[in-house]
Amino acid sequence: MKHLAVLAALLAPVPTVADIDLSNWETVTAEAEGQTVFWNAWGGSTTTNDFIAWVGERVKEEYGVTLEHVKLTDTADAVTRVLSEKQAGEDEDGAIDMIWINGANFAAMKAADLLFGPYAEQLPNWAFVDVDGKTVQTDFTVPTEGFESPWAMAQVVFIQDTADLAEPLGSMQAIADWSAANPGRFTYPQPPDFLGTTFLKQALVDLLDDPSVLSAPATDDTYDAVTAPLWAFLDDLTPTLWREGRAYPATGPAQLQLIADGEVDLAISFSPGEATAAIANNQLPSTVRTFVLDQGTIGNASFVAIPYNSGSKAGAMVVANFLMSPEAQVRAQNPEILGYGTVLDMDALSAADRAAFDALKLGVATLSPAELGAVQAEPHPSWMTRIADDWMQRYGVSE
Amino acid sequence: MNRQRFLPVLPILTLVVMLGPVAAGLWGTFLPALGHLPAAGLTGPSFDPLRDLFAWGGLPRAVMLSVSTGLLATSVSLLIVMFVTAGWSGTRPFRALERLLSPLLSVPHAAAAFGLAFLIAPSGWLSRLVSPGLTGWDRPPDLLIVQDSLGLTMTAGLIVKEVPFLLLITLAALGQTDAQRSITISQALGYGRVTGWLKTVFPRVYAQIRPPVYVVLAYSMSVVDVAVILGPNTPPPLSVQIVRWMSDPDLAMRLEAAAGALLQLGLVVGALAFWRLAEIIIARLGRHWIAKGSRGRFDTIVAQGALVAGGVSAIIVLLGLLVLAIWSFAGFWGFPDALPDGFTLRNWMRFGPGTMTALGETALIAVVVASAALILTIGCLEAEYRYGLSFSQRAVWLLYLPLLVPQTAFLPGLQTLMLSIGADVGRAPVMLAHLVFVLPYVFLSLADPFRAWDARMGTIAAALGASPDGVLWRVRLPMLLRPILTALAVGLAVSVGQYLPTLLIGGGRVATLTTEAVALASGGDRRAIAVYGLMQTGAALVPFALALLLPALVWRNRKGLRHG
Repeated sequence: MKHLAVLAALLAPVPTVADIDLSNWETVTAEAEGQTVFWNAWGGSTTTNDFIAWVGERVKEEYGVTLEHVKLTDTADAVTRVLSEKQAGEDEDGAIDMIWINGANFAAMKAADLLFGPYAEQLPNWAFVDVDGKTVQTDFTVPTEGFESPWAMAQVVFIQDTADLAEPLGSMQAIADWSAANPGRFTYPQPPDFLGTTFLKQALVDLLDDPSVLSAPATDDTYDAVTAPLWAFLDDLTPTLWREGRAYPATGPAQLQLIADGEVDLAISFSPGEATAAIANNQLPSTVRTFVLDQGTIGNASFVAIPYNSGSKAGAMVVANFLMSPEAQVRAQNPEILGYGTVLDMDALSAADRAAFDALKLGVATLSPAELGAVQAEPHPSWMTRIADDWMQRYGVSE
Repeated sequence: MNRQRFLPVLPILTLVVMLGPVAAGLWGTFLPALGHLPAAGLTGPSFDPLRDLFAWGGLPRAVMLSVSTGLLATSVSLLIVMFVTAGWSGTRPFRALERLLSPLLSVPHAAAAFGLAFLIAPSGWLSRLVSPGLTGWDRPPDLLIVQDSLGLTMTAGLIVKEVPFLLLITLAALGQTDAQRSITISQALGYGRVTGWLKTVFPRVYAQIRPPVYVVLAYSMSVVDVAVILGPNTPPPLSVQIVRWMSDPDLAMRLEAAAGALLQLGLVVGALAFWRLAEIIIARLGRHWIAKGSRGRFDTIVAQGALVAGGVSAIIVLLGLLVLAIWSFAGFWGFPDALPDGFTLRNWMRFGPGTMTALGETALIAVVVASAALILTIGCLEAEYRYGLSFSQRAVWLLYLPLLVPQTAFLPGLQTLMLSIGADVGRAPVMLAHLVFVLPYVFLSLADPFRAWDARMGTIAAALGASPDGVLWRVRLPMLLRPILTALAVGLAVSVGQYLPTLLIGGGRVATLTTEAVALASGGDRRAIAVYGLMQTGAALVPFALALLLPALVWRNRKGLRHG
């Protein structure tokens, strides 16, 4: 019998998605029970870490899945890890079962066939997802095709300390003017930090008369002309920055710390609820508020993806599905806890679930959906990569 | 296998444990540096990676920062330690400094750097204490102090951590040099305290502490965590840039990283050669100075200056710890308040449970690794003593490889190796990887005191009928209790502080205090950093405290074994 089983295993075709029957969710949850899911997610935000710990408790209770949060300093580390595993022939049970991912990292992994799927749109809770109203099927213009499932919406907002900067600033040019009048009171995280490159993209989108050119990949023909306004803007802005642009905060939270220290008065954030949560955690003064630019700001979705060589794919899908559940989404949107925007469609929810969302208080420094205004599209990832490289050459080695 | 046959094999086993991974890792550095990385679809050889490296605009400054930081931090901390020991050893201020050693050493580099940054930044604690009262600042001035472009703050951060390390090593070496009698005689001959010590004791002490000094130099040149917190970042020092290239999603950047790692290796080798040359020149000048017979005119000033420098460096670390403690209990704390608006247990309740899990993992790994390293080291040294199986002069350099090769250069190669031999991620491979880094430190800490042991003791014991094992267990090891415990504590601290090996070889599944703390440091939540930094400090504090306390307790009635 044993030999037969081995023989059968050897003869079996190379398993693809076929080893898990996605059409029958019960078999997935049954297989998930007892599995341990190693979720590699950026560990720099303590509020997010707390949320992930809560998700772990819930999926343990509900499905018997153990969730371990592997705290990354850089999501690219996880990409590198999966690549090295593939190189070493570890195709069955890699170290990573799930990654918090988007943008260039997703594009790279998808292109290199390092992801499991498609799975996202077969998950039961996909039925609640707002496919039409939110950018949950493209990631920086790259189609997700079910290889990652969304769990939070993000949009750029600016955090101002109203003790020193009372009025919102309506455009990037207004920010530059204010910074020139108040030198040393503004900075942004140093690219290639995610939030730092987001600032550059946001500046470019706001400066261009027609940002639609950014939805196509950057080419040698278009790049110089399109980005010229950005470099002119930065050449003016940089000498007026904190430390005259000779040093930058490493990350978004480090930039928030500068507000708390009274070193700067204005900061960029990719999470409309972050300021409120930071006030609740004593990380920001109670005088901070947020604003968006008059023409709107960039928005995108945060996703999770499952590496092709995860040994706990069923468990990972259970977690991914739970993340899209109304219960998890309400908690994530609670500004006192995380303040992340939901990916769900309110009209698809039951009355009770919708009431739970309605009952959420916005929080003192969070804008309402109406105030958040128009969401601008992310540029194609190729722009971000080239702009970050150029920034590093122009300003990253300036000393 | 009986012990007689086992002992001679130990040196070879030790070398294999250390060098196998390093060799594999280096191979994994050389190939990509020459353009060969099949995983990225690139096959070499080509000089493109090196060309790209030299085309990077930040390279000259990054290289200069690496070299200047390393040389400055090493020479300044060595000078402080030597002059303090020369001027004050055996006195009350010296004993006070000695008692401070354990807490000073056990503060992790990253935590010390964080403490320093918060002390001296324009919005830091020192500024808050006098604002707005003395300065009139309602808002912090826009001054580039932390992350200054010359890397001086980063150098200071390294010095405050290297001074206690070198002092500990010096104390261990002093026990083997019979310093007190030399001092007594030189003073009887009319030499000043410092001059007499430098002329009679220093040559013997330096011969013993030379390996750790080289390690400090190599470490200071390639440090990553301190540089990230305190160093400039436009551009950063070379080591930081290598890590950035390594973590680029574009695999082709790994080639440039590998080329950078080769350059970093070359820089370290070059700086060590430069240091060796300086040693020879100073030794020549020194002999001339000794022969001249000058008794020393500036001894008092030099001694007092050194004590102030040593005291300030100690106070900076301790104040940094105090600031960490305050942050760990802080409510909102804005500028220019000298203290937080309120104190709360919330931070500890939020982060405390996580630290306990991480502490268990950290302690388990550290104890197993440091003990294994100690056993291998003693086995090697004893084999050398009994059978004359010493490493040749060239082979001794192999010991240094894991400390001289930037971690970022050979760890990914090591990771691939472990995967391909089927040693999957997890605790045991992490322990093996830690051993690579812990073994040299333990060996370097213990080798010289072990060799400097007066072999006549062994002869006497043998004459009294003791077997070679009996001499080892009943005479040599007890007499060397202090350096052995020191080596063990160093091994534990090194293991506790390992970041990249734990992350890469553990596949992220092994969460120690350090991996958790560095992940948090990237986010900049000072309260979380404070809680983890204090726990990390505690994990390293206990062994160091024992290394100093136990010999004093065990040998409370053996004056000659207490050393100082």
